Amino acid sequence: MRIESDIILGKVKRLVSDGKADRVFAWKKGNFCYDTEPSLFTDNYVGFTYDDFCAANLCKFMINESKKDGKTLVLIKPCDSKGLALLEKEHRINRERIYALGVPCAGKIDMDKIRENGVKGVIGIEEEKENVSCNGDENLIIKTLYGDKIIPKKSVLYDKCLSCTDKEHVGCDEVFMPELSEDTYDGKKFEGVKKIENMPSDERFSFWRSQLSKCIRCNACRNVCPVCSCVKCIFDNDNSGIASKANSDDFEENLYHIIRAFHVCGRCVDCGECSRVCPEKIPLHLLNRKYIKDIKELYGYEKEPALLTFTKSDAEPSVIYERGEKNV
Amino acid sequence: MQINEKDKSNRPNENPVPSDENFTPLIVAFCCNWCSYAGADLAGSGRLSYPAEVKIIRVPCSCRVNPTFILRAFQKGADGVILAGCHPGDCHYSTGNYFTRRRMTLLFSMLDYMGIEKERTRVEWISAAEGAKFASTMNEFAEKINSLGKCRRLGDLRCV
Repeated sequence: MRIESDIILGKVKRLVSDGKADRVFAWKKGNFCYDTEPSLFTDNYVGFTYDDFCAANLCKFMINESKKDGKTLVLIKPCDSKGLALLEKEHRINRERIYALGVPCAGKIDMDKIRENGVKGVIGIEEEKENVSCNGDENLIIKTLYGDKIIPKKSVLYDKCLSCTDKEHVGCDEVFMPELSEDTYDGKKFEGVKKIENMPSDERFSFWRSQLSKCIRCNACRNVCPVCSCVKCIFDNDNSGIASKANSDDFEENLYHIIRAFHVCGRCVDCGECSRVCPEKIPLHLLNRKYIKDIKELYGYEKEPALLTFTKSDAEPSVIYERGEKNV
Repeated sequence: MQINEKDKSNRPNENPVPSDENFTPLIVAFCCNWCSYAGADLAGSGRLSYPAEVKIIRVPCSCRVNPTFILRAFQKGADGVILAGCHPGDCHYSTGNYFTRRRMTLLFSMLDYMGIEKERTRVEWISAAEGAKFASTMNEFAEKINSLGKCRRLGDLRCV
């Protein structure tokens, strides 16, 4: 069933008139039907939308919103709720000034993937109501200036949606219509990491070199990350060596991404925003997910961030050499 | 700006060339003040030899070593980085080296994942009484780095 923007807006309006919140942080329609942007609504709800293109994670905006007087109502998707819970745990937000309304999510659509299918002039997207195939895979009807096109929904979802393992909201004040959430997990969360792990060392190096050399140090991955919430970041230091003007140096790209991945290691909520916002389409989630995989393999599941705790029987660092030999 | 052929051949993203006769590796050893640094001292007073290319940096605890230090050492031209600390359980500050152990396992695993030769990084536990172990570890590590040759995958062009 389709998630209707108007039903969500009706719910939001009810909550605001009930005095649960003073303002609303949600998504606003942009210039095109597939453009949405995070926006604060104070007086009216002009342009309010919640559709298949609202992929942005709003929880990081709450750092500033929760400094204001009164309460902010924020729409939270299942993957965003983990980020919000982490921000609360690390005392980055004042949770009392936030009303988190969980909204259902059936996967978000990546416009770039639609374009890759050769579709131009998109004016609207609808879900196919009839002909739902027996395995539950839905098709999208993409209305374009050149007529309608039908594309299977799973082929145009964001990568982060395909690796989303659960649609459960964590720590929201209220969850609205959770039954509309749809499972979008394709069962291949660590496939990308395993594929790289199985490459020979030279190939791994050239893979990452070709990916990271695209990095323009725009810091979008850092700025969007709900875990990267330090007030002063190591990379804001002019001497951090990641943004020298003499562009003669391959090292700083490696340094930037290794250190960024290490700083979120064990805390990463795997929301996949870093890869989504990357203007150069670097698969940054593969770095974070490598850490997630290592932590799971070496230390098992832990409630504490893995680097803030230890056990006396932890594996020795030499374990990676032994493991490497097995791979070869 | 014109790039001549020589500069191109020096680019660090090319595969490591086999070590030539003039190559002497640069090895950075982070040693904890309480165990490994004293172990190095003991190796010295015991007249055990270890390679002069090993440059020791004394740190209060192996846990003081931030991953940036290790990457920065490579950036500034190190060919191998070894981190030496007290044996787990013997840390002067009780638990420092347990944290080191986790951090470095994950960091070195990541470097390996990104295609940096994993033999260039190492963690060793060396107590103040193990001068012989210090010398033999450093000899072994220097030999390994020598056979790997110059580190070109994580180097800074400006320092070549």
